[in-house]
Amino acid sequence: MRGKVVIAGIGHTAFGKLPGRSTISLNMEACRKAVADAGVEKEAIDALFVKVPTSKVEMMYGQKLAEAMGLRPRIGGVWDQGGASNISMISFAAMAIEAGQCEVAIVTLADNPRTGTRQAYEKPWGDDSIFGWSSVVASYAMIAQRYFHDTGLPRDVFADIAIAIRKHGANNPNAQLRLPLTKDMYDAAAWVVDPLRRDDCCLVSDGAAAVVIMSADRAKALGVKAPVPILGFGQGHTSCDVPLREDMTETMAGVSARTAFSMAGLSPSDIDVAQIYDCFTITVAMTLEAYGFFRKGELAEFGANGGFEIGGRLPLNTSGGLLSETGMPGLQLVLEGVRQMRGTSVNQVPNARHCVISNQGGIMHTHSTLILGQ
Amino acid sequence: MSETNNNPDTGRPPSDWGAPGDAYWAALDDGHLDFQVCDACGNHWLPPRSECPKCWSPDWHWQRASGRAEVVSWVVYHTAFDARFRDRLPYNVAVVQLEEGPRMVTNLIGVEPDARDLIGRKVMLSIERDLGRSLPRFRLED
Repeated sequence: MRGKVVIAGIGHTAFGKLPGRSTISLNMEACRKAVADAGVEKEAIDALFVKVPTSKVEMMYGQKLAEAMGLRPRIGGVWDQGGASNISMISFAAMAIEAGQCEVAIVTLADNPRTGTRQAYEKPWGDDSIFGWSSVVASYAMIAQRYFHDTGLPRDVFADIAIAIRKHGANNPNAQLRLPLTKDMYDAAAWVVDPLRRDDCCLVSDGAAAVVIMSADRAKALGVKAPVPILGFGQGHTSCDVPLREDMTETMAGVSARTAFSMAGLSPSDIDVAQIYDCFTITVAMTLEAYGFFRKGELAEFGANGGFEIGGRLPLNTSGGLLSETGMPGLQLVLEGVRQMRGTSVNQVPNARHCVISNQGGIMHTHSTLILGQ
Repeated sequence: MSETNNNPDTGRPPSDWGAPGDAYWAALDDGHLDFQVCDACGNHWLPPRSECPKCWSPDWHWQRASGRAEVVSWVVYHTAFDARFRDRLPYNVAVVQLEEGPRMVTNLIGVEPDARDLIGRKVMLSIERDLGRSLPRFRLED
């Protein structure tokens, strides 16, 4: 089904601090804009997939949103794989369209941990919290420590990732954090949980994003202006908790990528631009290795001399990612992939033909991959 | 931790790991660290749970750990996400692997302030009374 389903429209809210807005309201703004961007009528929408908000977990959230939007979906509901949910929902929507279960689907995400609660990111971990074991960042730091040990790479090796992504965000008027990052600033920043510093960690943000998905044929019939074909997708869920992973620096991300690349009939060397889930810099490093862009231990070489910037080996997170544009968990990366394929990014990669996007959730518990083309 | 949730006999809150977790903490109060061994397939594990994660058998027994272990990874908190640890910053949390195989989250004792790489270091169990519990911590060996 390579290329048979397209992303027809994208939409998003402002990013950052959005007090006084419910996630329903944020979702509806993003959906309204995505439907307008696709140029379709609300009546055409017959499927609605939504990620569970982290700031407030409610039963039947998918139906609550559908009710607010006046929709009676043929298929849809709420999905929870953390940040991997977005691409997973896009792939379920694409398969549902291909299987004749629906025709025009919305996939949407809204969250407001910035003005609501950050509990999902800072919570203590059950009985082990008696050792002070709490927060999402500490688990990523635990993986990063092992990564430094296993690869022998220097402890400032993630700076190239953080600096390149911030550079892209600094040029994006919609980005929440636009202050350019220097190596000196990176080195001087406080530890959050050693070995991760402030600029290794993503933002905490309110906001929403949505995409409209339909068959390529339908998009043509409706006269959709800038449909972007979905070439491949995949998933892989490590599931096991970090302390128990036999190899802390191995996940199911590689399985997810191989499924997607195989479906697309492409390999990493065909990719012109990547939007890699950057909740923390370590996540980017391990995802790029798992995807086959370089081998474990080769990060420093690959990222040197602007390797992750426009014109470099692999332009990365060209809207600023979670580290700079918005900490929202993941769908904004798909939006930027669509812009790159349309040629409308503020940091456009010249002649970009293929974009790979990763989403992941928990502490690398879940992973999904999307490949877009032209 | 709210006092009202604590068991009046032990002062311990009910374990998030359920009944096997309560038994695990009770063994630590008695001065020993136990892990679970599957009667069906011989797999062994921590943290406590009611079914073997390998073969799903509900039949298992406790085995006492020697206390010898090795550091798998470790971090140093410079942020207190949990208010109970605000006055303890910076503090470490580690993952260790018992010589028998199971892994657990713990704190390391005897870490030098400038320690850089502790992974692979041998450690020894030291049960310490702290925060109202008997905590299985591990001391770095030379």
